[in-house]
Amino acid sequence: MKRDDITLRGAGESAAIAPQPAMGRSHPHESARAQVAGNAHYIDDLPELRGTLFAAPVMSPVAHGRVNGIDASAALAMPGVHGVVLASDIPGDRVFPSAARDEAILASEAVQHVGQVVALVVADTVMAARRAARFVKLDVTPLPAILSVQDALAAQSFVLPPVHVRRGDAEAALAQATHRLQGQFETGGQEHFYLEGQIAYALPLEQGQWWIHSSNQHPGEVQHWVAHALGIPAHAVRVECRRMGGGFGGKETQAGHMAVWAALAARKFGRPVKLRLDRDDDFMVTGKRHPFAYEYDVGFDASGRITGLKLQMATDCGHSADLSGAVADRAVFHCDNAYFLEDVDIVSYRCKTHMQSHTAFRGFGGPQGVIAIEVILGDIARRLRLDALDVRLRNLYGKDERNVTHYQMQVEDNILHELLPTLEQSSDYRRRQKAVSAWNAVNPVFKRGLAITPVKFGISFTATLFNQAGALVHVYTDGSVQVNHGGTEMGQGLNTKVAQVVADELGVPLDHVMVTAADTSKVPNASATAASSGTDLNGRAAQYAARTVRDNLAAFVSGLDRCGAGAVRFEGGMVISPQTTRPWREVVVAAYANRIQLWSDGFYRTPKIHYDKTTLTGRPFFYFAYGAACTEVAIDTTTGESRVLAIDILHDVGRSLNPAIDVGQIEGGFIQGMGWLTTEELVWDPKGRLATHAPSTYKIPATSDVPEHLNVALWPEANREDNVGGSKAVGEPPFMLAISVYEALRNAVAAARADGGAAAGERIELRAPATAENVLRALGRVAG
Amino acid sequence: MTTTRLIRFIRRGQRVQLAHVAPDRTLLEVLREDLAATGTKEGCGEGDCGACTVVLGSERDGRMHYEAVNACIRLAHSIDGMALWTVEDLTADPLIQPAGDAAGGDLHPAQQALVDCHGTQCGFCTPGFAMSMFGMYQNHVCRGQAITREMAVRELSGNLCRCTGYRPILDAAQQMQELPAMRVDEAALLQHLKQLALDTQRPEADSTYDAPTTLQALLAARAAHPQAQVVAGCTDVGLWVTKGHRRFERVLDVTRAQELRAVREDGGLLTIGAAVTLTDAYAALVAHWPQLARFAERFAGLPVRNSGTLGGNVANGSPIGDSMPLLIALGAQVELASTRGSRRLPLEDLYTGYRTSVMAADELLTFIHVPLPVAGQLLAAYKVSKRFDDDISAVCLVLNLHVDAGRVAQARIGAGGVAAVPARARQAEAALAGQPWGEAAAAAAGQALQAEFSPISDMRASSAYRRELLAALPLRLWRESRQGTPQALTLHELSPLTLSEEALP
Repeated sequence: MKRDDITLRGAGESAAIAPQPAMGRSHPHESARAQVAGNAHYIDDLPELRGTLFAAPVMSPVAHGRVNGIDASAALAMPGVHGVVLASDIPGDRVFPSAARDEAILASEAVQHVGQVVALVVADTVMAARRAARFVKLDVTPLPAILSVQDALAAQSFVLPPVHVRRGDAEAALAQATHRLQGQFETGGQEHFYLEGQIAYALPLEQGQWWIHSSNQHPGEVQHWVAHALGIPAHAVRVECRRMGGGFGGKETQAGHMAVWAALAARKFGRPVKLRLDRDDDFMVTGKRHPFAYEYDVGFDASGRITGLKLQMATDCGHSADLSGAVADRAVFHCDNAYFLEDVDIVSYRCKTHMQSHTAFRGFGGPQGVIAIEVILGDIARRLRLDALDVRLRNLYGKDERNVTHYQMQVEDNILHELLPTLEQSSDYRRRQKAVSAWNAVNPVFKRGLAITPVKFGISFTATLFNQAGALVHVYTDGSVQVNHGGTEMGQGLNTKVAQVVADELGVPLDHVMVTAADTSKVPNASATAASSGTDLNGRAAQYAARTVRDNLAAFVSGLDRCGAGAVRFEGGMVISPQTTRPWREVVVAAYANRIQLWSDGFYRTPKIHYDKTTLTGRPFFYFAYGAACTEVAIDTTTGESRVLAIDILHDVGRSLNPAIDVGQIEGGFIQGMGWLTTEELVWDPKGRLATHAPSTYKIPATSDVPEHLNVALWPEANREDNVGGSKAVGEPPFMLAISVYEALRNAVAAARADGGAAAGERIELRAPATAENVLRALGRVAG
Repeated sequence: MTTTRLIRFIRRGQRVQLAHVAPDRTLLEVLREDLAATGTKEGCGEGDCGACTVVLGSERDGRMHYEAVNACIRLAHSIDGMALWTVEDLTADPLIQPAGDAAGGDLHPAQQALVDCHGTQCGFCTPGFAMSMFGMYQNHVCRGQAITREMAVRELSGNLCRCTGYRPILDAAQQMQELPAMRVDEAALLQHLKQLALDTQRPEADSTYDAPTTLQALLAARAAHPQAQVVAGCTDVGLWVTKGHRRFERVLDVTRAQELRAVREDGGLLTIGAAVTLTDAYAALVAHWPQLARFAERFAGLPVRNSGTLGGNVANGSPIGDSMPLLIALGAQVELASTRGSRRLPLEDLYTGYRTSVMAADELLTFIHVPLPVAGQLLAAYKVSKRFDDDISAVCLVLNLHVDAGRVAQARIGAGGVAAVPARARQAEAALAGQPWGEAAAAAAGQALQAEFSPISDMRASSAYRRELLAALPLRLWRESRQGTPQALTLHELSPLTLSEEALP
């Protein structure tokens, strides 16, 4: 199978390290068999309780306005309608308890974007609720709306204060630079397009207790929010999530809205309420990846090495802060990507616009930071007519010097000095670059471009307190093992990897271990499954829990066999002491009979990290994950259409816990990043209405957008930090490898413009996403 | 008194009979809400993501015919008389059995291959992919036809996955043919379907979902109930229900009228009945104009092409539908019929404005007549969209030139996405007529197109970009008509400069 070719090729030298029985092997996703058979349940598939009602949102039709009144009489007269839920129905606090406390649970005085939810209609069926929601009339006095990040900057309209990070003297460095270049550019937002839309199902239980089924990445927060809105203690709310049909960050905070709304409706009518957003409503209500606008001024020497940089990043946060502060922070932390910036001045504006509140999305500002420096380096290479890979190599962080980031963290684990040349060789970059030039010299219509870009991505939540996790491991008397941890499964394979870790810790076959739904009544106060940290945190916590159970059993066996507990091994479903080898189950049964505890919790907090929010310095990341991609593209200069022709990736996941799952994350992340930078265009009309509000108008990559030449190899080295199984996080870093698509496209555009007599070394202004229209615009053929 | 017909279909080797289903309920609603078959998912509710894909089976020329369709926009009543498979059925249908002596697994090869190739992550799109692959399995693998990567890309273009990046799914589609065979017992199923057909429902005089089996009865129903919502494949009307929240008290389904289900060739015309699916209609067109193959595949995704009809696309009259520019350029005529008789008119004369036409309240579009190709015809159909597959055109331009001794004797040009209606570009045609075919003529045609149309800006493209395409596409035709030069290639024929050593300097 091709899949094995890929993983074996990637395994490389690490094959020398014998994999554990479960860890290191390409076990299928724990739900794969259920998923293909249609038996994997998502929230809308759960049996509905008797009396369940359905809610649908009533949304603001204007971008900004004062609400004078809401008239639901027409909706209430419709068949099957039970009523509406308004802000006045909220028994607790009427504001979502986010850090900024700047978002109404249901807008009642002012509306801040087209699609903001002002009320819910509750009816017997979902279609009855949705139909009736359109008949609720809003009396709104429109107010001036800010609909672009530029307008927000001009108006100094911010959700949070600006952040300024400096090192050295950028101004002086720029003044002394041999070469200097200025530019402006923008990147667009991105809709998550999780295939399972936002959904929550709220069940009122006895004695003021609640059970919330929520498709979300942060059950602990949903629990907190629901309790807050209902005005009840958190212990009365249980939030459960077996799996999501995709999250990508879109169900980190914003799934909480659904759960709170469903719970408020259920409270008002005293019946279970399900809220499943229609896809169009999902687009209108929820936030996206943050669009960014950049301005830079860079100084560099004749070799292309950066000597000074001033960078301004303006983040379109939408109407509320949500996670925008942390997103914009991560952009600041990643605008160096893999490169040493000595004299640097970075300012980050967190702009408030009257649009959806933009939120977490795979990479969490990292992609928006990384693309900034990659664009700048691409511009420098073209200006100097140097190979862009050479320029990138010259700017890399050093190993022993030039190795401290602009936020004062030493880069200790830099492998790009080896990884990039390896990819350069394996992708045949130099010869292909010549071939591309030769092709471009004789082909006026189709122009090709080739680019390698690296990624260095910091792993850990930048908010240090989130870097903790808990887990429970239960061993039953038949020897089967149940694991529960604070992470959520959204397709990324977290539960599979955690099961592998626990199986090896207990020395039992993988099929003995089952991981159950995320549940706030099992592991409390769990962090969001985000920041690529799911396995690092929860895998370790589960490993520690299993280790405690194993230690209990080892102590028990050591007593039986009169040996040291450390001499007892757990392997292959057997418990082996120097004296006796016993089946696992036999030991479990005997231990139970001797009143030995067969279950335990485990707790993990990431070591070494610290970060000072006031000075923006410290060690926010436990380690970095690295990778690089080489991408070849072609454009049709007639229409601006483009194709990605070949992708070669070399990526660092440390010692892979599951190569198939890791390759899946790498490929999936890359293609999602490719979508962000090519076809996925969000268009808001002049009144602030999102015009691309469904897959008919918003185009994520489809089968034919993926080239047959797609090679993924894994870097053969364990994590240098002590992380679970020697692995590294993999969820977000590969997303940024797709910046190679954008840089390859800019190279192709440059080749086409050179034919047209453009000045050598000019900046290539290609709007992201590089739709066919934007490519033709970059070729100077479309005005505006 | 109005009544609701029964819906009768074969599932898991048994007849399923549903009563009292409203005429405007979708198949997906009935599956999930009435039959508790929640394996089939709703991803978008508009036929664009494929999460709701199910497979329909029907008898055609004595053998089984399988079509993957979107359940979310298909009206439940439309499957009456057919066989249905949902994702749960692949492991529960007694008619799906290991072939010969092969020891089948508990999963169908389409499912097993997805597991083996790690083709699932979040799993929400998976049932749709499994069903599209099941359709491919029955249509290709069971007929001895190998599934290539290219075929898998094509037939899965209507299924979106947000997690995997597709590579493992495309691997799985190619790998399922290597697994122990499982196949539908077609003889038994045909027998079930035959019995179902024999056991005809008593024609209800006044049914809320009416699907007459003859043209005469269809026209009579149309005359009797001009307010009834006419549907064919429902690939647009379905959205009026799911997104527009409209209710239809009465539906008239044209797809069962025998006369409208056929493609004929007669008197130099290719005649396509209004009930012929887009899949079959485009297959007939591609048989005569092979250069339309890629254009045909780019019409939505396969599940939409399997449900939607060419007649429906034309009658619906969307200014961004891709069939009309093509048919206008080909000189197609439409036939409109009512109990009063029938008439033919050039397609471009059908439309009077944005989604309005000359059709009377009692008329139906019955046939599309397309003149067969003649020597010297230079035909190209261009579609430019944000995404290559499964997207709607920013601009669709179809040029049909008759080139005789190096001169354009005649030109017919159809354009979509540039006006309120699908339009014929008469000024551009005039600019080309009589000119030597060359770059100058192509440029003149482009200028004429720009003068002729004032496209709008919307979420698909700006007015300026659309105008630029109007100028560029005739030049592309000129370029591509110079066979044998590198310029005659299309973007999609380019290979990376990695695979062939000789391509490297």
